[in-house]
Amino acid sequence: MATAKFPRVEIEKHIKLTPENLERIMLLGIPISLQGEEVEIEITPNRPDLLSMQGFLRMIKTYLKEPGLKKYKVNPPEKNFRVKIDSSVKEIRPFTACAIVKNLKFDDIKIKEIIDLQEKLHTTVGRNRKKLAIGIYPLEKITLPIIYEARAPEKIKFRPLEAEHEMTGLEILQKHPTGKEHSSILNGFEKFPVFVDAKGNILSMPPIINSHETGKITRDTKEVFIECSGFDFATLKKTLNIIVTTFADMNGKIYAMELQYEKKEITPDLNPEKIKLSLDNANKLLGLDLRERDLEKLLPKMGYEYSNGIVKIPAWRIDILHEVDIIEDIAIAYGYDKLIPEIPKVATIGEESKKSRIKSKISEILIGAGLIETSSYHLIKDEEAKKANLKENEKIEVEDSKTDYKLLRPNLLIPTLRMFAENKDHEYPQKIFEIGTSFTKDMREETQIKESENLIIASSPANFTEIKGIMDYLARILNIEYKLKEASHKELIDGRSGAIIFNNKQIGYIGEVHPQTLKDWNIKMPLSIIEISLEEIFNSLLSSL
Amino acid sequence: MKNNKESEEIIEMLSPIERKVVPYLKKSIKEIIKLSGLDESSVLLAIQFLEKKDILKTKAKTDRIIDLGTNGIYYKKNHLPERKLLLTLEEQNHLQLNEAKKLSKLSENEFKVALGVLKDKAQINIANGKISLNATKEELFKKSLEEQFLEILPIKESSLSSEQRFAFETLKKRKDIIEIKNETEISFELTEKGREIAGKEIKLDLLEEVTPEIVKSWTSGKKFRRYDIQASVPKIYGGKKHFVNQSIEYAKRIWTDLGFTEMQGNFIDSSFWVFDALFTPQDHPAREMQDTFFIKNVQAKLPDSKIVKAVKQAHETGIAGSKGWNYSWKEKDAKKVVLRTHTTSLSVRTLASLKESNFPAKYFAIGKVFRNETVDWSHGFEFYQTEGIVVDPNASLRHLLGYLKEFYKKMGYEKIKFVPSFFAYTEPSVEIQVWHPERKIWLELGGAGIFRPEVTTALLGKPIPVLAWGQGFDRIITEYYKIKDLREMYSNDIKDLRNKKEWIK
Repeated sequence: MATAKFPRVEIEKHIKLTPENLERIMLLGIPISLQGEEVEIEITPNRPDLLSMQGFLRMIKTYLKEPGLKKYKVNPPEKNFRVKIDSSVKEIRPFTACAIVKNLKFDDIKIKEIIDLQEKLHTTVGRNRKKLAIGIYPLEKITLPIIYEARAPEKIKFRPLEAEHEMTGLEILQKHPTGKEHSSILNGFEKFPVFVDAKGNILSMPPIINSHETGKITRDTKEVFIECSGFDFATLKKTLNIIVTTFADMNGKIYAMELQYEKKEITPDLNPEKIKLSLDNANKLLGLDLRERDLEKLLPKMGYEYSNGIVKIPAWRIDILHEVDIIEDIAIAYGYDKLIPEIPKVATIGEESKKSRIKSKISEILIGAGLIETSSYHLIKDEEAKKANLKENEKIEVEDSKTDYKLLRPNLLIPTLRMFAENKDHEYPQKIFEIGTSFTKDMREETQIKESENLIIASSPANFTEIKGIMDYLARILNIEYKLKEASHKELIDGRSGAIIFNNKQIGYIGEVHPQTLKDWNIKMPLSIIEISLEEIFNSLLSSL
Repeated sequence: MKNNKESEEIIEMLSPIERKVVPYLKKSIKEIIKLSGLDESSVLLAIQFLEKKDILKTKAKTDRIIDLGTNGIYYKKNHLPERKLLLTLEEQNHLQLNEAKKLSKLSENEFKVALGVLKDKAQINIANGKISLNATKEELFKKSLEEQFLEILPIKESSLSSEQRFAFETLKKRKDIIEIKNETEISFELTEKGREIAGKEIKLDLLEEVTPEIVKSWTSGKKFRRYDIQASVPKIYGGKKHFVNQSIEYAKRIWTDLGFTEMQGNFIDSSFWVFDALFTPQDHPAREMQDTFFIKNVQAKLPDSKIVKAVKQAHETGIAGSKGWNYSWKEKDAKKVVLRTHTTSLSVRTLASLKESNFPAKYFAIGKVFRNETVDWSHGFEFYQTEGIVVDPNASLRHLLGYLKEFYKKMGYEKIKFVPSFFAYTEPSVEIQVWHPERKIWLELGGAGIFRPEVTTALLGKPIPVLAWGQGFDRIITEYYKIKDLREMYSNDIKDLRNKKEWIK
């Protein structure tokens, strides 16, 4: 979600923001709130065309009072309105879409609006300039035609925006604040892309920065050159359309440019795309019974033109990939609030998974024995892994965790020890259990990580007899047989610990926790523990479900 | 008549110690201790019980009590040092200081004190290293104020006479002769009920507890002592299901009642199933490390090549009439292993396993999902989602709204609002808001929609409509339990778990 703020006065010149109108805008899926002199809206990533005040106004005006596809005139290229795309950019940043807009009048507010729009498009559609970047230049400072080419960094020399001196391409990436921020996009390339005018002046080094001399809009600017550079020509063209129509809504006159690729292209192209729409598909997907004439009414409210099964799509909409995208807009125009929820009379048999059922049974038995169920995080801290002496191959780490929790838990013992430490001042006895997933590395698994469901039972203060009593009870009630084999465990007292054997497989351990471990974890009271993997028990019990 | 019956009932309720105390209730506690034959603590306990039965009202008065100190106890038995010195001198007057000290068997300190006291009282003279008596016989044998004072101890400070106060002040300065304690004295006044029964001799043969012997030899006519059933009892704690799991179990039942089958699956999955199969472009912000937990040093295997090829095509050039995202899709990114960011990965895997003969089919899951978030009162890195899909060639947006409305109604939210929204893998998309009747606000619970044909065609081979939702579930739990701080959900505070009320819905 991107947030945009517009001056309320400007909006209300066109649409009064009455409670009723606010509610209707909200029903378009645009959260809107009035904050003093400002109107704040939130825009979903599929609608960058609403990020400018002009785009937003265009949409709500169309929806509330002037339905239909808004048309803009694109004047043909004048002399030298050309950009030559050199093949050297192919591997670096292959495409650009360009336009010229005349008849503009800037003041400080308008300049800020344009810069805001540009920045929002950079972060959203542009994926932080990686996929797409926009440059806007005062036409009076540059000489047409323009070349888009790639040059070795040392052969790029210009004064970037807000810098004191000229810099080379590399210097910009290393020293200029904007350059440093986005340097990763160009790092590793032997050549960097540049726009150069007919006099040989560098206009910009996309997607990093414009020239201070030829790439800065001022209050005196009346005409602009606009370029979008990036990797996906279709997205570039649509983003260019978003910008030129915004300028056109500021009274600008749009002029096309000739792009000299291997094959000639003309941009901007504001001709609406056409897509087929089946009334039947729309009705099926929405569960409605609309007629042709309903579509003729609903689609223009969303800015489309519709006739005879063909929808004309505004050239600034980047989100229409498929007929379903149009169908959603039909539903929005119809009103989500008017859709009547319905549960179809289709018989299906519901069922809880068998594993869930067995887990519920185990819980029930242990709760009956007076134990409290706990629920812990699946991640553990570094320091906990250290206390538990986890070996390197037992550690599975997540990348760049924002908290101290950095590793997947290899067992339930670690979170349980943490829990007893945190509860050391609460009333005893404390008897708990938890059923949860543990994680181990296993190259045979699809993700190279094996997940297994474990059960931990812990009681404090309790000795071996008491904890074994619980294991006996659980096994007796589940009607399974287990054996104990003397075995040592790094956290348990030797001679008071054992391996739990079920179906001839070791499924876990039982015993009294060693005082050294208790001390390490800052636990005051004696503690006895059972931890078993439930997988074998599931297998054995599943057959009886 | 009524009074009689009432006092009879009260009497039947008395415990054995109370019964022993009641006949003497018109007396003071001290006297009750003597007369009842009970020790002090039993009498005080009985008084406490009687107060709970509204028979009397106690008053506590705290006083400073002067009592013998360690030396005081000794001196009371063996004379104060000054008396010892007087007695020695009486036997043999005009003694050298050294001799007097030796004969009176006083320590250096005691001797000094004794000299000082006697000199002050002018009972001795010291001249030329010799002590001589300076008091009449009568004076000599009269007990000093200090001696008298030691004998009457303990005494309340408030009740000292002026002479006693004088003795107190002088003795206070000397080492450990007297000691001052704060003592709370309990006294009581009878209530109206109390006056009714006080002084009554109780000749009741009431039974205390039922024992096997009583059962064996039971004949009718015997009475049990009546209990005060209002009396508080020790707290007990039971075994309990975790409150989050209680609510999840309820939600599971709603879905199964609505005909949904439970899906289960891994927390760890490949980006392929979590993102790519959901038509989420590989440069989508959700796929960045700052939002998603990627697992270090592992790489996933991709599923059978038919699905991989279809997904690649959906992204690159489009499938089922879509334009696609128009970029070059990389297997390498799809192989990255993540902690699932939504339970929708389970739905995707389920879809990939379905055949046309399975339709219509409805599935649900309630499970943990993970986001790389900081932890504070309103954020956590783990939370629950309730997931559902309906695979039905005749499914529609209105059905989606129908299922969700029913679910939230059973969760206690009667009013529900559907607002347009956006997700990369659904179209149309919906955001669900429910009206919280107490707080009078709309709660945003998350997204739903109909899977895009790019998703379903790659997985099912055909653009069958699939209704889908994956909603945050923790919000419902925190609202029910009025939890303000999300960290409480999984803090496992035993006190909190013991006392948490049951999920009743």
